[in-house]
Amino acid sequence: MFVLVVGGGKVGYYLAKELIENSHEVVLMEKDRDRAAQIADEIGSIVVAHDGCEGKYLGEAGCARADIVAAVTGDDEDNLVICQMAKRHFDVPRTIARVNNPKNEALFRHLGVDEIISPTRMILGSIEQDIPVHELLHLAALGEGELEIIEAHLQDGSPAIGRAAGDLTMPVGCSLFAVVRDGIASPLLPDMRLRVGDKVIAIGPSECSVKLHEQLIGAVDVEASPTV
Amino acid sequence: MKIVIVGAGRVGSVLAEAYDAAGHEVVVLDLSTRAFDRLPSEFRGSAVRGDGTDEDTLRRAGASDADVFLALTEGDNRNVMAAQVAAEKLGIGKVVAKINDPVRAAAYADLGLAALCRTTLQADAISAYLGLGPLGLPSVIEPTGSHHGGAAHAPLAESLDGAAHSQEA
Repeated sequence: MFVLVVGGGKVGYYLAKELIENSHEVVLMEKDRDRAAQIADEIGSIVVAHDGCEGKYLGEAGCARADIVAAVTGDDEDNLVICQMAKRHFDVPRTIARVNNPKNEALFRHLGVDEIISPTRMILGSIEQDIPVHELLHLAALGEGELEIIEAHLQDGSPAIGRAAGDLTMPVGCSLFAVVRDGIASPLLPDMRLRVGDKVIAIGPSECSVKLHEQLIGAVDVEASPTV
Repeated sequence: MKIVIVGAGRVGSVLAEAYDAAGHEVVVLDLSTRAFDRLPSEFRGSAVRGDGTDEDTLRRAGASDADVFLALTEGDNRNVMAAQVAAEKLGIGKVVAKINDPVRAAAYADLGLAALCRTTLQADAISAYLGLGPLGLPSVIEPTGSHHGGAAHAPLAESLDGAAHSQEA
């Protein structure tokens, strides 16, 4: 596959390196000439020392025949523009943007970027998994951002404990599809009885979180509800 | 009209002053409060320090019911992103983004954003002054296509179009 990587920071550098090791064709664009020369010294002449946000240089770097464009600069707005130019102007089938501000994820998806990688969100998710206060954890947004994958950590006092998964009343368009029990993931079957410590994975529209919370965690205490 | 201007640089502050004096409701946003030094002391609009690409900041600044949104920061991409938030998330009808890269300006006009390209604007002004005629490249590019999630924007008002021209040239 031909992958055009824009942004020669740490992420872009290691990404390009790994892709080459996996026998993909790679071009890396980095606008800082010194940094571009340094990368070229280390991994070979695949570096274009130009700004990947400029339409002219994207074209010269072969954007029109790229299978994938990965925009991994440190600036969200640059990554958005690179992906939109690639998608709309050069008909690239698959665009991937790095997003630093998690709030931009839904916007970028709405504006046509195919895949969004948010390191901030991943670290946040990892931290929140260790903090029991957030019993409902939003793992990922899908589609245009209307659907979410949500994890519910069942604890003592949850109305779902001891009940069969099929007996729970789920909001319209929301379904429970997997359970992680003792570190092992398995499909959540309707006759499976839920236990304390289970992590139930649900998919549904974002607005169903309140109902999910009621069913799996307990009634939402409006005053003390965590901002999930 | 309610006019939101992101970027209180030379162009942004000149337009803010002019529209405010003409009786419009003007909101100016900039990342740096020092930029607001360019606004005259009699400026009656609001000057908000904040990121004009951030939806929450724009809403807090009162941009959600604006009639016109001008993205005039130094960065093409910041302008593109701010303009798209304005058009898509806030539903503002008339959105203009300053995009100095002519290729990008044309591409975003195809996407339904009105783009103002200083590069071609100045090149044309110089050629006209020298009597060599215009270069044939558009400077204020009307949106030709429709934006990703919405309809094409209405053409710009004559007054606004004219003002943008005279300030830059």
